[in-house]
Amino acid sequence: MTTAEDAARAGLIKVGGRPSLRNYISEVWRRRRFIYSMARFKIESENQQNSLGMFWVILKPLLNALVYGAVFGILIGTDGRPPHFVEFLIIGVFVFEFFAQSWTAGGRAITNNSALVQSLAFPRMALPLAAVTQQFLKFLPTVAIMLVYLVATGNAVDAYWLLIIPLFALFFVFNCGLALITARLCVHWRDLNNFLPFVTRFFFYTTGIFFSIESRFGPRPPSPSDPNGYAGQPWLVTLTDYQPIHEFLSIARSALLQGPGYGMNNTYWVYATLWTIVIFTFGVWFFWRAEERYGRVD
Amino acid sequence: MSTDPSPTPVAPAAAGRKPVVIVDDVHVEYKVFATGKRPTAADRRTLKLRGRGKQMRTVHALKGVSFTAFQNDSIGVIGTNGSGKSTLMRTIAGLTPTSRGAIYSQSRPSLLGVGAALLKDLSGERNIILGGLAMGFSIEEIEARYDDVVAFAGLEKYIDLPMRAYSSGMTARLKFAIATMATHEILIVDEALAVGDRTFRQRSEARIREIRDNAGTVFLVSHSMKSIMDTCSRVIWLDQGTLIMDGDPLEVIQAYNKAQDK
Repeated sequence: MTTAEDAARAGLIKVGGRPSLRNYISEVWRRRRFIYSMARFKIESENQQNSLGMFWVILKPLLNALVYGAVFGILIGTDGRPPHFVEFLIIGVFVFEFFAQSWTAGGRAITNNSALVQSLAFPRMALPLAAVTQQFLKFLPTVAIMLVYLVATGNAVDAYWLLIIPLFALFFVFNCGLALITARLCVHWRDLNNFLPFVTRFFFYTTGIFFSIESRFGPRPPSPSDPNGYAGQPWLVTLTDYQPIHEFLSIARSALLQGPGYGMNNTYWVYATLWTIVIFTFGVWFFWRAEERYGRVD
Repeated sequence: MSTDPSPTPVAPAAAGRKPVVIVDDVHVEYKVFATGKRPTAADRRTLKLRGRGKQMRTVHALKGVSFTAFQNDSIGVIGTNGSGKSTLMRTIAGLTPTSRGAIYSQSRPSLLGVGAALLKDLSGERNIILGGLAMGFSIEEIEARYDDVVAFAGLEKYIDLPMRAYSSGMTARLKFAIATMATHEILIVDEALAVGDRTFRQRSEARIREIRDNAGTVFLVSHSMKSIMDTCSRVIWLDQGTLIMDGDPLEVIQAYNKAQDK
């Protein structure tokens, strides 16, 4: 009889194996309180050493919006600028910030918590999920600021605003999926951590945070100032139709703002949902496949 | 893995007791550059990179170790520095992959080593809560155990400080207290008690005996022969990655001391 058979008879499992996906997911679900508490405690500790404390949760996105507003609103020309520009910009910056922070923090979740991973036995998936939850909790007050600003600048409150609830929930799941994929990749190849800020910056400048892709690259009819008109770059507009971040941003703006260019594009809902399902399902599977690998020293 | 029946790891004397960990002919080899840089995938394929080829070294940390740990065992692991003790413990915990051979275990062990705090920016209190939640306790169960954990670690006055402000002894005490909140099936203590003071050492040794008596299995790596004599029912002696002796604590320790004095 081999040792492997002996071990199986005694009910032992091979070290370095992983639980079935089903058991794994139910173990992660059991840790939901851990995920939430970890996210909350980390936010508090992040700000403990600052004299302004928790106020930074609100101050940071405000300063962000102010800087971008100054740079893109005053210094850079009005070409391709949509109506309600300041609101457009604020929504873009805040929502994108949540995406970018989730991505980088989620990617680092395993490599930055190696002491915890090496000491205690628990499903590692909880860590990237906690990182995204932490960013989500930080995102909520910025949503409140956004809404207050919209009301203060005279935008009408309407029932469409409620759409941001399912939208941001969907965005949260999407970001979780992306964080899971990236967290595993960073374990295999640590250098990725250093690349992520550049990747998110690339998305920042190409996604249409501070300009509208449709009005910048869409076709324009001839006008007195521009007698020839502009044929546009239809391929670019089509491409951004399939870009998930652009979809999430557009839906958010359409839900919150009124006027030309802010009609709700229902196909975006379909695309964004499909992106989320694909990225999240793949992320869970992909992360689980290397469960035994996390925390290893080799 | 092993089809070779000769080095049967199940000792006949232990018949009837339930095996918890089976270590079967485990080899661990590291490939490292002498400079300390991690080899990249390309380096592994072509081991003769210019200038680096000579510096590439294989460290054979474990050379065919086999034994079986049973329920109610507390196993002391002794050996000189670099004999492979920590590598063996990390391999049992699944943190270091085996090059050859396999390890079978009943559950995923907790490994307490020296060094880093769990979450250094958070207070001791929050480390207890998060550690407990991670191990699968509910918040009510943690609340019920909280005072015991704090008292055990002896940190009543410092529990609201972030863990980065703790001394290494305090860190070790809190980590031990958190990890032993759960009545573990398998607990590995890798010199984690060495930095503790005498009171804590006695307390933790009592806790280890308690775990052992509750059908748990404990591995204790230590250079303190007294700790090992006080807590262990069995001792394994490793030297240069090979298992030299496995048996009664007194016999093994005497043989080890004799070899050291030579």
